[in-house]
Amino acid sequence: MKNLQETFTELLRRAATDLPADVESAIERALREERRGTAAHSALTIILQNTAAARETSAPLCQDTGTHTWYVYLPEGHPTEELRKAIRGATVQATRKSYLRPNQMESISGVNSGDNLGAGHPVIHFVPWKKTGLHAEVLLKGGGCENCSTQYSLPDQRLGAGRDLPGVRACLLDAVHRAQGRGCAPGILGVAVGGDRALGYRAAKEQFFRPVHDVNADAQLAALEADVLSCANRMGVGPMGFGGRTTLLGVKTARLHRLPASFFVTVAYMCWACRRASVTLAGKDVRFSQTALTGRP
Amino acid sequence: MAVREIQTPLDETTIRSLRVGDEVFLSGLLVTARDVAHKYMVEKKPAFLRPLLRGAALYHCGPVMRKERGGWKAVSAGPTTSIREEPYTADVIQAYRVRAIVGKGGMGPRTLEACRRFGAVYLHAVGGAAVTLAQRVVHVREVHMLEEFGMPEACWVFEVDNFPAVVTMDAAGSSLHAEITARSHMALERFLGRAIR
Repeated sequence: MKNLQETFTELLRRAATDLPADVESAIERALREERRGTAAHSALTIILQNTAAARETSAPLCQDTGTHTWYVYLPEGHPTEELRKAIRGATVQATRKSYLRPNQMESISGVNSGDNLGAGHPVIHFVPWKKTGLHAEVLLKGGGCENCSTQYSLPDQRLGAGRDLPGVRACLLDAVHRAQGRGCAPGILGVAVGGDRALGYRAAKEQFFRPVHDVNADAQLAALEADVLSCANRMGVGPMGFGGRTTLLGVKTARLHRLPASFFVTVAYMCWACRRASVTLAGKDVRFSQTALTGRP
Repeated sequence: MAVREIQTPLDETTIRSLRVGDEVFLSGLLVTARDVAHKYMVEKKPAFLRPLLRGAALYHCGPVMRKERGGWKAVSAGPTTSIREEPYTADVIQAYRVRAIVGKGGMGPRTLEACRRFGAVYLHAVGGAAVTLAQRVVHVREVHMLEEFGMPEACWVFEVDNFPAVVTMDAAGSSLHAEITARSHMALERFLGRAIR
C-alpha cells in the first residue's frame, strides 16, 4: 500500500514535469515550420526551453497542473478501494512536494482544499483486463484549454453542418477558430462523434492518451483527422494565437453509436502541454512509460 | 516588429511607443492577480494595492510557490487566460494606473479602449512556459491575501528580470487578436465554402 502510493506519486511527478517525447518532437517539428524572427518562432523556442527546464528541475512544466484523469487496468475482481486510497494519498504527497499546484476549489465558496482532493477529484476509472498485474495511466489537463472544449449538436444551421462527415468537419474547424490561441495553441483536438453528452466528453478526452503522431485505424476517421489538421494549420492562428503555421499538433477522433434523435460532436481541446504518464506493475516489477492503452480504437 | 527592454515603473511615453507585434523583455515589479483578486479589486478597492500597482505590470497568473529558507520561491509561474478578467480590467487600469497587463489569450474591446485612453498595453506571455518564466522571477518581495485566497489566487509581488512577452494590444488601439481572428475567420469560410454568421 505504502509502495503503491510512492509509485503513484512518482507517476504524478513524471506527468507534471516531463512532457511526453511524442508531443515534444511534434513541437520541434512545428518550430522548423515557423519563420525565424516571428513571435510564433519565439513562442515555440520558449516552450522547448521550458520543457527541458521542467524536466531538469522536476518542476511542473505548467503551473496549472489541471484535472487528473486516471485509468487503472486491473484483474477482474481486484479490490479497488486500496487503489483509490493510494491515488488519493499520492495526490496529497505530490502537492506537498510542489509537483502539483493546490488546484481544487470548492465551487461556490472558492475555498481551496490545499491538497488537490475535492468532490469529484481526482477522476478515477477502473477498467478490468485479462492480465494479472496492474497498469495505471494519468492525464493532466489544465483549465485554459478545458474552457475551449465544446460540444455541437447536429444539424447546425450557423455552420451549415448536417449529420454527416462534412458536418463533423465543419464543427472541428469552427472549434479551432473559436479557440484561437486561448487554449494554448498549438493544441490537440480530442473528438468524439456520437454518444450522449457525457460519454462524448469522456471519449473525446480519452483520445489524448494516443501518441500525437499515430494514425487512426479507422480509414474514414484517419482521413478526417489529416484533413482537419492540414486546414487548421493553414488557418493562420499559430502558436499562442500570434499568427503562424502551426495551430494544431494533432487531431484524434473516436466514433460512438448514438440515439436516432441525437448527433453530438464533442471537441475537447488540449493545450500543447499534453501531460500523461503510465506505469505497469507486475509482481515486484514497476515500469514507467509514456505508452497508454486508453483511447485506442 | 521591434525588440524592446522595458523597466517598471513604466511611464506613459514608453508605453505609447510600443506597437502590436513588438517583443518585450520586462524588468521590475510584476504583481499577480487572477479571478478572485480582480473581483476583490473592483468591489473592495483595497488601498494596499495602489502604491504597488501604479506604473507596474499586473500578471494574470496563479503560480506554484515553494517556501524555502529566506522566503518564497516561484517554482512554476506561467500566464493564465486573461479574457475572464475582461469585466474588471478597464476599471482596474483606470483606478490603479497599471501600465501593462500580462497574460495569455488577449482581451476584449473594453480593455483595448482603456489601454488607448489611459496609456496601457497588453503583453502576451507564452502559456504553459511556466518554469522558464518562473526562472525570470529573481525575488518574491511579498504576498497579499494568501490565507484568504489560497496560493493560486493570492497577490504575489514578483521582481522579474527580462521577462519575455509580445505586445498583442497597444495603446494606439490595435489588437493582434482582433486581426488574427478576422483573418482566420476568412480562412474558415473558405474551408467550409460558405459565409459563417
